[in-house]
Amino acid sequence: QDCTFFTRKEILRLHGRYHEMAPNVVPMDYTKDPDVKLPMQLIINMPELKENPFKERIVSSFSEDGEGSLSFNDFVDMFSVLSEMAPRELKAIYAFKIYDFNTDNFICKADLEKTLNKLTREELTEEEITLVCEKVIEEADMDGDGKLGFADFENMISKAPDFL
Amino acid sequence: EDKEEDESKEEDNGSQQNRASRRKNYQRKNGDGKKAREERIQKKNRGKMAPNKDQKESENKEKKATKRGKEGENKQKKDRKNSISSASSNSSDEESLSEEELAILKEQVEQKKKLISTMRNKPWRMVKKLSVLREAQDFVEKFEGALGKGKGKKLYAYKMMMAKKWVKFKRDFENFKTQCIPWEMKIKEVESHFGSSVASYFIFLRWMYGVNLVLFGLIFGLVIIPEVLMGMPYGSLPRKTVPRAEQATAMDFTVLWDFEGYIKYSALFYGYYNNQRTIGWLKYRLPMAYFMVGISVFGYSLMVVIRSMARNANESTADGDDDNFIFSWKMFTSWDYLIGNPETADNKFASITTSFKESIVDEQESNKDENIHLRRFLRVLANVLIICCLCGSGYLIYFVVKRSQTFSKMQNVGWYERNEVEIVMSLLGMFCPPLFETIAALENYHPRIGLKWQLGRIFALFLGNLYTFLLALMDDVNEKLAEEDVVKNITHWTLLGHHNSSAGNDSTVTPPPLDPADVPRGPCWETTVGIEFVRLTVSDILVTYITILVGDFIRACFVRFVNYCWCWDLEAGFPSYAEFDISGNVLGLVFNQGMIWMGSFYAPGLVGINVLRLLTSMYFQCWAVMSSNVPHERVFKASKSNNFYMGLVLLILFLSLLPVAYTIMSLPPSFDCGPFSGKKRMYDVIQETIELDFPLFVAKIFSYVANPGLIIPAILLMVLTIYYLNAVSKAYQRANAELKKKMQMQREEEKNKRNNKASTNPMLQDLEDLLTPSTKTEGPPKQAEDKKTESPNGTSPVGKPGRGEVLAGSPLASGRGAAFTPPSQVFVTQPRTLGVRASFPGQPRPWGHPLGPVPGRGRGQPCY
Repeated sequence: QDCTFFTRKEILRLHGRYHEMAPNVVPMDYTKDPDVKLPMQLIINMPELKENPFKERIVSSFSEDGEGSLSFNDFVDMFSVLSEMAPRELKAIYAFKIYDFNTDNFICKADLEKTLNKLTREELTEEEITLVCEKVIEEADMDGDGKLGFADFENMISKAPDFL
Repeated sequence: EDKEEDESKEEDNGSQQNRASRRKNYQRKNGDGKKAREERIQKKNRGKMAPNKDQKESENKEKKATKRGKEGENKQKKDRKNSISSASSNSSDEESLSEEELAILKEQVEQKKKLISTMRNKPWRMVKKLSVLREAQDFVEKFEGALGKGKGKKLYAYKMMMAKKWVKFKRDFENFKTQCIPWEMKIKEVESHFGSSVASYFIFLRWMYGVNLVLFGLIFGLVIIPEVLMGMPYGSLPRKTVPRAEQATAMDFTVLWDFEGYIKYSALFYGYYNNQRTIGWLKYRLPMAYFMVGISVFGYSLMVVIRSMARNANESTADGDDDNFIFSWKMFTSWDYLIGNPETADNKFASITTSFKESIVDEQESNKDENIHLRRFLRVLANVLIICCLCGSGYLIYFVVKRSQTFSKMQNVGWYERNEVEIVMSLLGMFCPPLFETIAALENYHPRIGLKWQLGRIFALFLGNLYTFLLALMDDVNEKLAEEDVVKNITHWTLLGHHNSSAGNDSTVTPPPLDPADVPRGPCWETTVGIEFVRLTVSDILVTYITILVGDFIRACFVRFVNYCWCWDLEAGFPSYAEFDISGNVLGLVFNQGMIWMGSFYAPGLVGINVLRLLTSMYFQCWAVMSSNVPHERVFKASKSNNFYMGLVLLILFLSLLPVAYTIMSLPPSFDCGPFSGKKRMYDVIQETIELDFPLFVAKIFSYVANPGLIIPAILLMVLTIYYLNAVSKAYQRANAELKKKMQMQREEEKNKRNNKASTNPMLQDLEDLLTPSTKTEGPPKQAEDKKTESPNGTSPVGKPGRGEVLAGSPLASGRGAAFTPPSQVFVTQPRTLGVRASFPGQPRPWGHPLGPVPGRGRGQPCY
């Protein structure tokens, strides 16, 4: 309980949800610490995530093996971070991970393009996308290496009025 | 369970509260005497949100070891150090010296507890969290018993719960508040598909509706309802009765549609009101109320317009400061993680796309570099052309009006001659705006600025409209006034109705007990004016709606369905779908409002009609836009403050104030209708009220105040004040610009500085720890060990403030300070953030900063 932003009751409810998704795989009893994971396909079909353009990224950044399968611990962790009680700093870290598509610890142009396409459902033209990506890099890149490190990202996002 | 972007602010509050409550608990446990120490710990911890827990642990241990030694030193140098400004650590240590052991233990337990409570903030894997948590819990349990407490925990939990509840409540309240804003959903929907510029029209419409609702309440509550409830009933007075000649047709639809007949003799118009000083058992002074309401309609409108202009200006300066990250923010923070509904998600996608497009247009505009001379030439040319157009149409209007005056004196003129003015006006209104738009294409402005120009030009054109209308009305009124004199002097008179709106007059002799319907009466020019305005408003409504229906909806239907069997592509080709005409709609709204302001004095019911109109047009236009319009080719972002619209409204308000003020101040009211009948001027009602209802000295004061000798200095004073305030605001603006420039420069500097350093910070370490799940298991302990090996070299962070102060303090202490100064590794907890200074750490500097753990420094970003 101390590891998350949830109360005991909420965690139990989360477990209920977790259990619901695959009743035959997930045991109700967690005292024996079983090693159970749910595949990404199940998780992203949750109504909370279904419409999110970054659902795959969210799930895979919280999964321990990087493949998108979540153990219950990861599952709780995900909701804890996404909950409103979590502080901005923490959210920024995970947001960075989510936007970092190729997990190279930098948000580079390809990542930005992917983000943009997901956000706009590929309704922008090629030039527009390039323009926006260039602008983003130009705005937020403090160290001039042509991609956004976490420091850049955090600096930028901490000033955003409506971040998370 | 998902997160929402907006809530982070509240979240911050929450954590603040946490901290506060935690601090309180701590205080309770340790007694007030140790506040200083506790503060220090707070500081330290706040500065270290980011560094991970292993460091903290190692610090703990190291602290245990080093503290004792330091304590001794402190005691010796106590007297000297007391002279140093904030020797917080020393004084507290001194006090707790006797129970040293206990205090250390307590501190440690506190540390562990803090760790437990901040555990959830750490970006670690759950497994790691769990193991660390267990460890910490064991530790706390072991020692907590010895220290004998546990009561505070409950209180803390309670407080936490309350804080949570409070946050939740606040959020619910916010949600409720946004739900209460009328049409917010509709407008958002339009905005997401058509961009903020179209939405700005609807927001403007909503604002207008609000204003009109207040005016409606004012007029209905204070004038119409009292009159209906307490005034003389219909038929009791000549002015409240339909004349005999009209009674036969008074109920016909065509008559009513022209606002003649029963409608004319109802409380909706000026003429119905009686000049009785007080009505009903409340002694309600209706004429006075009528006058005051007429004034306060203008007063309120002026106030509201000015206030919202000022607020808009405030807003636009308040949050226009940080526009460095427009695209980044759009990119990373525009998705709302609470969306779980496919339809909402569609809207959100649309709106994000639109907003990106808007920003792109802005960006392209600012990047444009072309032949500036050519551009300038084209702009001047365009303006010349448009001014020519305006002058031409102005002259045309003037000419036509002149001609119509001669026509009106002639008998049996044709249909065209009679309606020439209207025809010319509507032709101008139809052809000029597109012409302007074509010319404006020459200028190649940003669409937002282009819209403003377009608005201004059409506004100027419409002023001609207004001018002709008022001119015709004034003619009418003058005629009526002359007519009235005749009626007044000669009771036996048969009048030929020159005018369509003039009331027919009976030619009977009028002994007093005659039926009120038979009494001959004057034309009552006020009611005529009122009817004119109401007619205009209603026809305007109809024209607008029909235009929308035909021009947009039918066209859209045609294009949509006939396209299947047509020889060219209708959707892409010639007719295509209509765009939403922002400038036309805004101006229509503004001018309509001007009519309402002018007419409401003579036709109190006009505001009611307008409220209905705005209400229906909100729904109707929303529907029309969503169903049959296409977004603009270049979706552009509306300026945040639609102060331009407000400026137009203000102008029109001022313009419409003029004729009303003129009629009130200088035309005599009709002798037999309206609340002011029998008086020489309308404003006499105030004088009368003051003289009859107030004590004598008030009348005296009033007469003094109304003295020109007092008014002129007052005006002078106001002008001077305006001048002064203007100068002050200019100075502020300049200062603001200067500051902005400085900030920009600083940013650049920071950029450069950072280019020179490869910055690694604790946050990043955490991140790496996260991003490499494979090494995660062995990573942290090793890290911790590293820290441990490093840290014994340095003093504990507790020593830092002391050192800083020594450095900052007296040169006298500098020698000792140097000896006391730890090596650079002390900064290991905040590796690069203090890097600039850490590069020469050992040197005692005469005026070094107190470089202790500045709160917030350690967050990860150096914020110089």
